[in-house]
Amino acid sequence: MKKSNQLVGLGFVIAFIAFVGISGLLFILALAKEPSVTYAYAGIVSCMLLMLVFSLAKKTSKTLKSYLNNAIAILIIIVIVYPLIAHNKSPELFPFLGGVSFKGYTTGIFILICINIVMATSLNFSTGFLGQLVLGHAGFMAIGAYTAALIANILFAAGLPIFFVIVLSLLAGGVLAALSGIIIGIPALRLRGDYLAIMTLAFAEIVRIIINNLNFTGGAQGLTGYASAQIMGLSKETFSLYVFFTMVICVAFLVLLARSRHGRAIISLRENEIAAESVGINSTKYKVTGFAISALVGGIGGGLFAFHMGFLQPSMFGFMKSVDILVMVVLGGMGSMTGSIVAAGVFTWLPELLRDFDEYRMVAYAVLLIVMMIVRPQGLLGVKEMSLSKMVRKIRAKLLKQSDGNLMEGGDE
Amino acid sequence: MAILEVKDLTVNFGGLVAVNNFKLNLEKNELVGLIGPNGAGKTTVFNLLTGNHEPTSGEILLDGKSIVKKKPYHIVDMGIGRTFQNIRLFGNLTVLDNIKIAHNGSMDYTFLDGILRLPKYWKEESEANKECLALLSVFDLDGYAYTLASNLPYGQQRKLEIARALATKPKVLLLDEPAAGMNPQETSELMETIQSVKSTFDIAILLIEHDMNLVMGICERIICIDYGKIIAEGLPDEIKKNPEVIKAYLGE
Repeated sequence: MKKSNQLVGLGFVIAFIAFVGISGLLFILALAKEPSVTYAYAGIVSCMLLMLVFSLAKKTSKTLKSYLNNAIAILIIIVIVYPLIAHNKSPELFPFLGGVSFKGYTTGIFILICINIVMATSLNFSTGFLGQLVLGHAGFMAIGAYTAALIANILFAAGLPIFFVIVLSLLAGGVLAALSGIIIGIPALRLRGDYLAIMTLAFAEIVRIIINNLNFTGGAQGLTGYASAQIMGLSKETFSLYVFFTMVICVAFLVLLARSRHGRAIISLRENEIAAESVGINSTKYKVTGFAISALVGGIGGGLFAFHMGFLQPSMFGFMKSVDILVMVVLGGMGSMTGSIVAAGVFTWLPELLRDFDEYRMVAYAVLLIVMMIVRPQGLLGVKEMSLSKMVRKIRAKLLKQSDGNLMEGGDE
Repeated sequence: MAILEVKDLTVNFGGLVAVNNFKLNLEKNELVGLIGPNGAGKTTVFNLLTGNHEPTSGEILLDGKSIVKKKPYHIVDMGIGRTFQNIRLFGNLTVLDNIKIAHNGSMDYTFLDGILRLPKYWKEESEANKECLALLSVFDLDGYAYTLASNLPYGQQRKLEIARALATKPKVLLLDEPAAGMNPQETSELMETIQSVKSTFDIAILLIEHDMNLVMGICERIICIDYGKIIAEGLPDEIKKNPEVIKAYLGE
């Protein structure tokens, strides 16, 4: 009885702090002269409050709580990060930041991190969950990127709103990548381990060389002047929102899929294929499906890349690109989406910080991989996932015990 | 009518005749033992029955329907479940997930239901959870439901493999050396488990085993094979006294 009273008390404290903080924020926003932004923020914040109340309510089921917690975390990131991004472009929107903002360069890195998260999690789906080592993920990325760029050109010329241009061409890029995944997946998945890795490597090279030799893709000179975010008149700041939400949707798609019966069937193939067949799992079907889904999301990531860059060249999608993505997956932990997200963040940011030592990047990667394989062969997180709900429960338990241990920092998924 | 009927089953691997004119009539709710020296072709018979190998000639009828040349996962759907001589669990997954994967065939929500978490997903997942936990409790494994399968003690892993095979709702269960590596106490527990599985789930069981206490103790009928051929068939007491079986397998 006593414990539950304490819990209720804690809930009130959290709600009170949230209320004070949020009303303060609203007050500052009200001072801002842009009403639409104020309203949007008021909307987001009241949504968060409502979610928080539901999430703290005792009757809410555990699963709903976990969804609410994740939604709140995503909104918090938007509420904190977006003003920092937007402030650079239009400082009058968020006067309370007082000049603290991301530069355009930092925003670019934020976009690249999101794109790399999409690439790493999608590769993790085939490598970590399905258990097939894929060395040619850049091939799917290239297909997605070129398709999205070419389709966007047509749609933009047809006068569609920018939102639909982006969504439709991303989907087209993803679907074409998935189709190519199915086409090479059916013969390739008869192979195992090293042989499959070599075949996917060859596939990526074939894609690159085909693009190099076609006319409508611009050949080796590259594709320029298509309807990229910049040409469509989308500011980097607004585009970063598109990228962020696409990333959230892609990761949520993969995580939710992995936790359905289809996802379990795919994971069982990684664990033991013979046993999976002996309990009625159609191995060919689920292998090709897993492979195609990985390619689909990889293609969407490629599409985002195309919109961001505004310039595509076959050499961008070489073997090194595949290795870059694979390094993120391996170091983050094969089979852990959280690991891929963290590693994608670190391995996009770090090379930017160490621009001066650019030539040594691959050497550093090699050394890091060797050290990692000796010290922690399963990767940063192994197959563990970080769950916000579990964390909230742990933190709550710790607070109730009145002990002050190190509280872990929150992430997005 | 026999639930599993095998007629003149033969398989050649190159020049080697691994199984030669194997015959079997497994009645409903019958427990039959398959014994023989190492390399006699016992596991090959299992692999033929589950579709892992394709027979050179012969016919296998499950409930009157031929299962020859069908894929392993299709045969599972038709009603043959199996365990393996060397344990093959999904080690990095929880005990409950191991069972739920085998339960896959009983659920039919689509990709879309799963990704968008539509009502059908919740309904079927919670039903599956309930059924799988109930199945685990039959084997006293419900306390381990959220343990990783690879962290279970050896005897429990064997039990989990049987439970997983049962989760596919088979009509015939094939057990490949379920008592391998078990101590006498675990073996006697296993005997009780097999007996209770047979009566609770009302299925036919075909069992390969080298532990004669277990085979003689629970099997209603025993088939002994050597070099792929049936050399004796009958009640446990008859098999014990059969001179050919003694010569080829049991020893003086």
